[in-house]
Amino acid sequence: MKLKKQKLVYSFLIIFFLSGSQEYALSQSKKIRIQGGNFIPLFQSGEEKKPQRVDTFFMGAYPVTNDQFYTFVQKNPMWQKNSVSVLSAESEYLKHWREGKPLKEHGNKPVTYVSWFAAHAYCEWEGGRLPNVLEWEYVARANEKKKNASTDEDFIKQLLGWYSKPFDFEKMSEVGASLQNIWGVYDMHGLVWEWNYDFNSVFVTSDSRQDKDVLNSLFCGAGAMGASDKKNYAAFMRYALRSSLKAHYTLSNLGFRCVYSDNVAR
Amino acid sequence: MLRLYYLCILLATVVLSVDLISCSKKIQNLPVEKAILTGAPFVPPLIERKSPAKVVVELEVREVVKRLADGVDYTFWTFGGNVPGKFIRVREGDFVEFHLANHSSSKLPHNIDLHAVTGPGGGATSSFTAPGHKSQFSFLAMNPGLYVYHCATAPVGMHVANGMYGLILVQPKEGFEKVDREYYVMQSDFYTEGAYGEKGLQPFSMNKAIAEDATYVVFNGAVGALTGENALPAKVGEKIRLFVGNGGPNLISSFHVIGEIFDAVYTEGGMGKNQHNVQTTLIPAGGSSIVEFKLDVPGTFIIVDHSIFRAFSKGALGMLKVEGPENKLIYSGKEVDEIYIESAASSAGTKTSQIITTKTYENKGEQLFSQNCAMCHQDKGQGVAGVFPPLAGSDYLRKITASNDRSQLLKIVLKGLSGKIIVNGKEYNNVMTPVAGLTDEDLVELLNYVTNSWGNRASKFTADEIKKAKARL
Repeated sequence: MKLKKQKLVYSFLIIFFLSGSQEYALSQSKKIRIQGGNFIPLFQSGEEKKPQRVDTFFMGAYPVTNDQFYTFVQKNPMWQKNSVSVLSAESEYLKHWREGKPLKEHGNKPVTYVSWFAAHAYCEWEGGRLPNVLEWEYVARANEKKKNASTDEDFIKQLLGWYSKPFDFEKMSEVGASLQNIWGVYDMHGLVWEWNYDFNSVFVTSDSRQDKDVLNSLFCGAGAMGASDKKNYAAFMRYALRSSLKAHYTLSNLGFRCVYSDNVAR
Repeated sequence: MLRLYYLCILLATVVLSVDLISCSKKIQNLPVEKAILTGAPFVPPLIERKSPAKVVVELEVREVVKRLADGVDYTFWTFGGNVPGKFIRVREGDFVEFHLANHSSSKLPHNIDLHAVTGPGGGATSSFTAPGHKSQFSFLAMNPGLYVYHCATAPVGMHVANGMYGLILVQPKEGFEKVDREYYVMQSDFYTEGAYGEKGLQPFSMNKAIAEDATYVVFNGAVGALTGENALPAKVGEKIRLFVGNGGPNLISSFHVIGEIFDAVYTEGGMGKNQHNVQTTLIPAGGSSIVEFKLDVPGTFIIVDHSIFRAFSKGALGMLKVEGPENKLIYSGKEVDEIYIESAASSAGTKTSQIITTKTYENKGEQLFSQNCAMCHQDKGQGVAGVFPPLAGSDYLRKITASNDRSQLLKIVLKGLSGKIIVNGKEYNNVMTPVAGLTDEDLVELLNYVTNSWGNRASKFTADEIKKAKARL
């Protein structure tokens, strides 16, 4: 309870000192209610392709920004660049920050060069958690008009277009500039990749040494074997990206957002 | 019992580690060298070493926007910044330490499957690399041959379709014959949303790729990468070796060099010249071929995929420009250049002549003239100055019709005429082919038409006259 109160005070402080615009800061941490449902993800660990249940949850409307992450780092000095453990983040961690803080022009851009551990810690500190692959994919298949646009030709083309383009860190947009889907969630596609809580779970369920065959199935012809939709190239690419990651990796184009079990302001 | 178990484990460990140590010692004692990598069309130099080495290969994956055709850009995913990827050359028995880096600007993870590798995935699982990271794995180059390498990350078709392939040559340890020039040519197909030649940055078309409906088929990653000033240079008398790969992702290549015969082909890139005197060699997607030929005559030799619409409509065209002295004994160059005149008989029954007969004619004579003579002498008998003599107002014709023996005219029609003649003061030196398939009646009509049109005047020919004249020919 005490912790909760503390966080409440922090958020007021953040709003007051950092954003200048109370409204903007509020909207940045805006949460969207995602009505639960069933869906069949591209890959799942079991043999059967059965619909998976997703419970109702709340999702950050935007990826976490550099400014937001800076607040977290100030309150949690163990996540400062110079004090972070090598086990929980690579040397590139927060590479784009200067003297322990983000450049002004990066403030509203999504924070990248963060490890899974750091992202996980942030969401916990906020009273949430990282979305799991199922939740993330459930929201990601929506476009502006449909909750499930995964078979929409134009939507697939749009995604392939973004996935095909090399990443230019300097030209990265601020959050909220790319696609807002029908849920009201921004930037699921077209801005940065995002960490998932169980980013490697599809391939490594319990023992990574024994599950090699599952991992191998992502390569070459075998890549199509376990897939539920062989034409969903965009989803293949997301799964491939996730499976190339390790929890301490920090990539120039990999950020995160959090999800919450309720909409209580913290 | 338990003791025995421990003993077993201990023994196994000792045996294993001794084995490992001797193995790593063997590798440690090898001389280390960094592989020379080259971009197409160039090939690293022949390896002249007589013993194995540890060869370090460093390859960087980059996603780049480059030219696919004039005015057409494409986002290529590359091994080394260009399509095709860098050429790697090692020797049979070499221990290859492979470093794969994925540039931090990459949107996707990548890996490499080298067909020269004996091991699961050809290195794919061991080299799976996130953006901004590096992987390392090693392999023994056991089998000599020319091998394709490619990215094998899901969706693999798209990674290959975007340009992720190249060649690795494992030179046989017995040595490899030195030739005058070696080149690296790699064919591949591209699938864009826009049609062939549609300008701008063209996105990848998943639907076309799945339908195997290629928009572009190219050599060395772009239309024109091997033509014009990019043509492969060579000289007469040289022996050429082409290392040819096919990256696919879909199409099989019917590889052909117009005007050359491959003296030797290492079919499918296997080691050994197993075929001689080959015109076109088939190269599977994800496969290769080595072709060798000696250049005997100069000129531009066109390199094509002989599935020929790919060459002329989709870009699968390259050039080998050979300089040096001509050899007329082997190839003469053009000796005759003239108009081919079909004989009337062969075309009389064709559709074309039927179409012509639908035209209305004043009389039979005009029709026969039109069908048999007008193509050279022209429709109003005016001829073509210096090439085909005129019939209208021709002093040459008048001389014959005014003479006592008009059979000379019939002879020209039925036997043809060649050599120098003077008509209206102009010299003509050409060949008129005989006009065949005409009846006596036809000849009467035709000759009367010619000698009494366009200002020409002569007394009429009769069937009787024709018959008599024919008898004297």
